[in-house]
Order: sequence, then C-alpha cells, then structure tokens
Amino acid sequence: MNLTKNGNGKGGLAGARDTLSLDPLRNAWAGAPPVVRWIVYGLLIIGGVLLPSESIGGFMAPSGSDWASMLSTQIAIYVLLAIGLNVVVGMAGLLDLGYVAFYAVGAYTMAIFATKYDWSFWESLVLAIAFSALAGVILGAPTLRLRGDYLAIVTLGFGEIVKRTANNSDYVNGPRGVQGIPHPPSLSEFEIMGVQPLKYGLLDSRPYYYLLLLFIIVAIIFVKRLESSRVGRAWASIREDEDAAELMGVPTFKFKLAAFAIGAAIGGSGGVVFASQQTSITPLNFEFLVSALILAGVVLGGSGNLPGVMLGAAVLAWLPERFRFLSDYRMLIFGAALVLMMIFRPEGLWPSRQRKAELAEGTGGMGSMGAEVAVPDKPDAGPVETLEEGK
Amino acid sequence: MLDDFINQFWPSTVDGLALGAIYALLALGYTMVYGVLRLINFAHADIFMVGTFAALWTARGIGASDVGGIALIGVVVLMAVVAGAVAGGGAMLLEVTAYRPLRKKGASRLAALISAIGASIFIQQLMGTVVIHRVFGTSKEGGKLDVNEHFKELATVVDAGPILIRNDQLIVFVGAVAMMIALDQFVNRTKLGRGIRSTAQDPETAVLMGVNIDRVVSVTFLVGGIMAGVAAALYFLRFETTNYFVGFLLGIKAFTAAVLGGIGNIRGALAGGFTLGLLEMYGSSIFGSEWRDVVAFTLLILVLMFRPTGILGESLQQARA
Repeated sequence: MNLTKNGNGKGGLAGARDTLSLDPLRNAWAGAPPVVRWIVYGLLIIGGVLLPSESIGGFMAPSGSDWASMLSTQIAIYVLLAIGLNVVVGMAGLLDLGYVAFYAVGAYTMAIFATKYDWSFWESLVLAIAFSALAGVILGAPTLRLRGDYLAIVTLGFGEIVKRTANNSDYVNGPRGVQGIPHPPSLSEFEIMGVQPLKYGLLDSRPYYYLLLLFIIVAIIFVKRLESSRVGRAWASIREDEDAAELMGVPTFKFKLAAFAIGAAIGGSGGVVFASQQTSITPLNFEFLVSALILAGVVLGGSGNLPGVMLGAAVLAWLPERFRFLSDYRMLIFGAALVLMMIFRPEGLWPSRQRKAELAEGTGGMGSMGAEVAVPDKPDAGPVETLEEGK
Repeated sequence: MLDDFINQFWPSTVDGLALGAIYALLALGYTMVYGVLRLINFAHADIFMVGTFAALWTARGIGASDVGGIALIGVVVLMAVVAGAVAGGGAMLLEVTAYRPLRKKGASRLAALISAIGASIFIQQLMGTVVIHRVFGTSKEGGKLDVNEHFKELATVVDAGPILIRNDQLIVFVGAVAMMIALDQFVNRTKLGRGIRSTAQDPETAVLMGVNIDRVVSVTFLVGGIMAGVAAALYFLRFETTNYFVGFLLGIKAFTAAVLGGIGNIRGALAGGFTLGLLEMYGSSIFGSEWRDVVAFTLLILVLMFRPTGILGESLQQARA
C-alpha cells in the first residue's frame, strides 16, 4: 500500500472534497499516551452501558417505541454482525453476500439444542459458535479459490441454500420455525438503578443489550488484536494484491479461510442471542435483505475501520426504526438514502486512513469499477487512475 | 426418485427450456453490465419487475380475449414492446442516477454495489407502496396481481409425439431465442456493439480510440433493460402473475446463470440460462419442487469448483482477477 499517494498524488482533490476530515483527531489519537486511551475506552464502555437510559431514548426513539428493545433486537445485533462481516469484507477483502447464513446457523443451533436436547444457553452458545465457524470453513474450503464476484455470488447462493433448507426441513418445523427457545438462565437477581442486568426475562430487554454489549466488546478486542498481528497483516496483503501476497510467501488460502471462520463465528454468536431473546425463529428472519443491510452498514461506515463499521451498522439499524412514523415509505426513503450516501461519500462515513489511501489509488482492495477512466470534468484525477486501469 | 425423473423427463425438459429462456434473457443484462462496468447490477431484477407490470398494464388495456394465431402474436409483440420500452428507459434512468455519479468519482466497486442494493430497495418499494396501488388500484399489502382468463389460446397444447408443448412455452422459447440472436448480431456487427466490446476489454484504450464511454454505458443499460423487459413480458405470459418482489429470486438465479456460463460472456449467458433452467427442473423432478432453489445454488457451487470461470469462460472482457 502506498500511503504517500494520499499525500502528494491526490491529496489536493481529497482534501478539497473531504470537508469532514478526521485527520487532526486521528493524529491526536495516535500521539495520545496510553493512559488517555484507556480513559477514552473506559468512557466509551460507560457510554455503552448508559445507552439504554430514558434520556437518550427520548431523542433516539420518541415515537413511543421501546428504545431498549430497539437497541437489543436491532442495533446491537447489527453492530455485532457488522464487526464479524468486517473481518471478511473489510480486512481480508472477500466480498460475502450471504453473511446471514452464519447468523442463521448460530440461531438454529441454539434453537435445536436448547429445545430438543435441553442444553443450557451457555453450552449452546459455545456449540453454536463452533458450528458457525465450521459452516464458514465448509463454505470457504471449496469456494475461496474463486475471486471477487464469483465468491460474492457463491456466498449469496449459500445464504439462500441455508434459508431454503431450514424452510424445507421438517426437523426444524419448516416455514413455521422453532418456538419455545428458552431465555438464558438468570445469573443473579441483583438490581442497580432499576435494572436487573443479569436477569433474562420476557419483559425487560436491557439485560440482552448488556449481554450483546459484552459480546461486542469481546469481539472488538479479539478483532483488534488480530488486526495488529501477523494475521491482520496477511489479510491486508491479500486484500491489496492476492498474487503478490502469495508470491511473498503468505499462505493466502489458509488466511482467507481463517477470515471466513472468524467472521462466521462472530455472526453465529449474534444469532444465538437473537434466538434466545426472541424465543422463536423462522426462516423469514434470515432473508437476503439482512446480509445486504449488514454489508451496507460495513461499507457505509467505512469498510475496514472498526469504529466506522460500528457506526454505519448502528445508523442503518436505527434509521428505519426511528422513522417508523413514515410507515410504508420508510424503506423507500431508506433505499434512496443508501444511493445518496454512496454518491456523496463513497469511501464511507468514517474510513480508515489506510483504506482511504487505497481508495484514492482506485483499487480499494476490491478494485474499481470498469469504464472508469479520466474524464474531462475530473480535474486532477487523471494520472493515478490511468495507471491503475492499465494493468 | 429416479422413476419420477424418467417419467417427468419430457415435461421437465420443456418447462426447463422455457424457464431457461427467461433466465438467459435476464442474464444478458447482468453479464453485459458486468462486462462493461464490472458491477453486479442488483437493481436489474427490479427493472425486470417493472417490466412485468408494464406487460400487465398492456394486457389489461387490451382486455381478456381468446385471440389466436396472428392476432395473438401481435398481442405478444405489443406487450414485449411496451415492457421493453419501459424497462429499457428505467434501466437508463437507473444508470444515470445511481451509478454514473459514483463512476465519475472513481468510487470503489463495493460502494457501487451498495448503491445498486439501495436502488433495488428503492424501485421495489416505489412500486410496492405507490405505483401498483395507484395504477392498478389494488391494496398495498396484496402487491400481487393475478390475471388469469386472458388469452386462452396460450394454454393450447402442441402435440409433438411424446412431447406436449403449450403455446405459451413455445412463444417464450421462440421469443427469447429471437432476442438473443438479435443481441448477438448487435454486439458483434454494429458500431455501438464494437464500442461495448472495446470498453469491456480496455476502457482506457477505448477512450483513446474515440469511444464515448458514457454513451456506451448508457446503451449497455438500455439494451440490458430491453432484454429484461422482453423477459418480463414473456414471464408474464407464462406465469400470468406478478408482484413487486417477483424479481428478487429470479434475478439471483439469472445472475447465477450468467456466472455459470462465464460472466461477461454473452453466449455464456445463454448456455448458463438454459443449463440452469433445465437442471433446476430435472432437480425438482428428482428431489421435489421445494428443493428447486437449493439444487440451483448447489449446482452453481459445484460448477465453479471445477470451472472457476464458468462453462464457456469469460470473454466479453479478458479474465480479470
């Protein structure tokens, strides 16, 4: 990756266009002492814990809908899934259009083992994570030799296979789905500020939010550690140029498979919480639209940048719920908003610096569109992309 | 299981060819846009859906009748022309609003894909919440229109030895093949077709040779849209029912067909479409029709494992990693 490209090549254009530049903030963050960082992390976690409170809910969900349940059933789940998908799409640069399949595998594993074999929530959780990772390997092993859009369509097909199979199997009641999935067992009855954060019941959805928050924090730490390790560097090199990575001795297939399995495992854990909170799941919960929305969240936030991805997913989960009063028209407006956001900020709301540099080079790890050549009304974009197109 | 397959062989073949013809026509739109822009045009399926409603609108305008012979063919052609015009226009509009700004900005393909998904949701919802309700006066929830009793001649059976072919199947097959031949000639013989091929191969050089890229992209979308519109009219004739999400599964299957045949390859799209249609029908005669989609996607994974660039390989462009 050529970071200097951003500085001298297209810096002028990027700077002029990018009014929402986060660079000063980034520099401050990079230079901040560890103590400051830990304080910020602490504040963020406290913010996450306080998020379901009434005062925030008043603004976020004024139309009488339950903010806490919106958080736990929509926003937190989407954020968790986006973190998982970001490993596959953002870090390793593999386009996965069937991510919902792993979410479904997690949810169905939980449902089957909890209702048919009386496994506890925690036992099922471990098993479900293992099963979804296994599903990632099963899908990945034969297909990860494919590149780009072939992989995209194969994963899309896999998502449909999982949904249809669930729909056609009498073992999981076909289209009626599985009912009576138990809530997680309550760990303790202790109460703090009117919440019983470890008592999982039907009425209060806040404990599920805290459970998801815990999952999210664990996932973030896990993914962040991976990103700055050998694995993360291998993913970056695969994303940038797979052939070069292979030639430099990176076992690309192994690392791609690892990205798939890890992404799948995180998706599966989201499915487990979803199943145990809803207590019933049907194949309709696992439509292609879910895959599309999570992918949209990842790209909208800034593929590859963890805070951005979480922001993007949260915004996408929140928007349709917040604007429920538009009733029938909300998805209409949502679709238009997706197009507009991509037109005005194709690199995402909060892209990572490295990704921005890659995008400025016109590849973005995913390649640029074809038929994209220097046009007269594009002042100083010419040379860089011209070179890229030539290869 | 195998007995079912043998008993059902000829009906499945006929059904499969008719279905495959529709897949192939739709796949052409995907494959051409992919060849030129390297974009999975997710909204293509919704362009098709709009086409089915244009066909329905035409059919309603004509009214139920049991015309036959030349008059029936005239009606079919009229429906195809209206649907093709609406879908072709829609596709061009789509390109200008949802893809061109991104292309000018040099956005990543991922951003373009999200834009495509957004456009797809938008068109679906626009039809579902506004247009269908206003134009056809149905309830929004229904979103589904059945038009039986139209054109009774369609159900007449042509008897050819062991094979029974319904008129509508015949029309679908012949109509689709005619469109494919026309497209193949257009791309290979005309100046615009040459522009499309050169842009797909190397946009940079194409520009230097004086090809107007914007126009080529527009024409590509127009042609793809017309194909989708004709496919929509034929689909409507065959299945006589449509709704605002009719395009989704059909679109995925058609893209699957395009990939199966070798993406960017026009003849590959035909091969892929017919292969997929036939094998899907054979598969459902063996495993039961509820497993049809599973058969189709499993087939896709299997084919790509052994032939990673599809049956006929990539060709409108050079194979790109």
